[in-house]
Amino acid sequence: MANYSTSEFKSGLKFMLDGDPCNILENELVKPGKGQAFNRVKFRNLKTGRVNERTFKSGDSVEGADVMEIDLEYSYTDGEFWYFMDPVSFEQHAADKTAITDVKNWLKEQYVYTVTQWNGTPLVVTAPNFVNLIVADTDPGLKGDTSGGGGKPATLETGAVVRVPLFIEIGELLRVDTRSGEYVERAKL
Amino acid sequence: MVANWQPTAEISTLKRRAQYLADVRQFFAERSVLEVETPILSNAAPTAPYMDSFTTDYIPLASTRKQTYYLQTSPEFAMKRLLAASSGAIFQIARVFRNGEQGKFHSPEFTMLEWYRPGLSLNQLMDEVNTLVQQVFSLRQVSRLSYRGIFEFYLKINVLTCDFEQIKQCVYERIPSLANDLELSRDTCLELLMGHVIEPRLAAMNLPVFIYDFPASQAQLAIVKKDEAGNEVADRFELYIAGIEIANGYNELLDADVLHQRFSEDNRQRLSQSKSEMPMDDNLLAAMKSGIPECSGVALGFDRIVMLALNKTDIQSVQSFSLNLA
Repeated sequence: MANYSTSEFKSGLKFMLDGDPCNILENELVKPGKGQAFNRVKFRNLKTGRVNERTFKSGDSVEGADVMEIDLEYSYTDGEFWYFMDPVSFEQHAADKTAITDVKNWLKEQYVYTVTQWNGTPLVVTAPNFVNLIVADTDPGLKGDTSGGGGKPATLETGAVVRVPLFIEIGELLRVDTRSGEYVERAKL
Repeated sequence: MVANWQPTAEISTLKRRAQYLADVRQFFAERSVLEVETPILSNAAPTAPYMDSFTTDYIPLASTRKQTYYLQTSPEFAMKRLLAASSGAIFQIARVFRNGEQGKFHSPEFTMLEWYRPGLSLNQLMDEVNTLVQQVFSLRQVSRLSYRGIFEFYLKINVLTCDFEQIKQCVYERIPSLANDLELSRDTCLELLMGHVIEPRLAAMNLPVFIYDFPASQAQLAIVKKDEAGNEVADRFELYIAGIEIANGYNELLDADVLHQRFSEDNRQRLSQSKSEMPMDDNLLAAMKSGIPECSGVALGFDRIVMLALNKTDIQSVQSFSLNLA
């Protein structure tokens, strides 16, 4: 992997820090009038997801990280790994539990997920903005109440619990926003 | 691809900028300070270890003999030669160039407002800067704190007397983002603390402040004197507004031998960083030998103060075209 000098730092650059792949969020030059220059970098550790800061001497360099984002279709899980398939080459990629932590509640077969790979291993899986999921369990619907006022919890097929209007019943298909975890509307089966 | 020809700044911003320029000229006209222009190109360059000049070549017509010229990083040297020639009080609005420096508050090409006041003490010059800041740029009144005082207040260390180990310990405690295998000088440690700890607090308090009496090792081109506690300090100040360095003022060093020593020491430091030595300005040294009147002088980053006065968050938004669009 190529090395990058501080002069090449910009947001989106993937680099290695203390053995972990990181993504630069912000890069700022800190230099007093006649003093030595430093680069103050805000980055996300792609393994832990944490945002942190690092101050580099200007002119220092870091190793680039072999990080790629690819779109893969979710296939199935054997409980230990979650398998994603390349829709073109049909190649399978196995993601471990850490990689799917954030999307566990939104994983449904045949939806396409963005998989961030590091050295060929899935590091983070990101859900599409919207998925349609079936209601597995909820209190009986109140017939005639279509006001949408109030609301009740509903457990979806993936285990996610979202707040839904009172008229929603078991077996219905719902469109859910994965970013906020909120119910959007009824979807057609 | 369509070329991005549009200016970096809005036209309304450029109109405000033009008004500030006119107001600055008015401010100095009222005080009988003479506006001067000095060459951008020079045979010599500042020796400062962390300042890199742009260079260009002069080629006489029909010749192939190139002569290297340096683009000024500030108009300081030429203006001091005018002072030695009895110009009296002078100011300049100059384009200056610093290679490699680009960021939110840095631009490799920017406008410097620089002025020299024979007979004015550094305190009186701070008064004048304070008036300019309020009158021309409608910014708040500036407080005064010594360098030692501000470090004591925020970091509980006396930077003039404590040993280097104490300062290093403070750096690694207060700046956890710093890689701990860096080789840092005492002054760089102090600058890091200023940039990472003190400046953000000044910004949060929105406190405009003159910081004065710098450590003697950061004298640059200022006189070194003793403070009331008997410690050697550099008789200079920096103006900070919103945690951003805006101006740098000196009780000007007038001793050519001391200046020569500082230039030589700078060049030694440049060599130790594998940078090339800079040609010293012999004309400045000669002018100083012949005699520059006692004076104070200050250089103020015009783009930065306009940026703050107009509530902009980066320097490019007050410049017509940033470097990548130039």
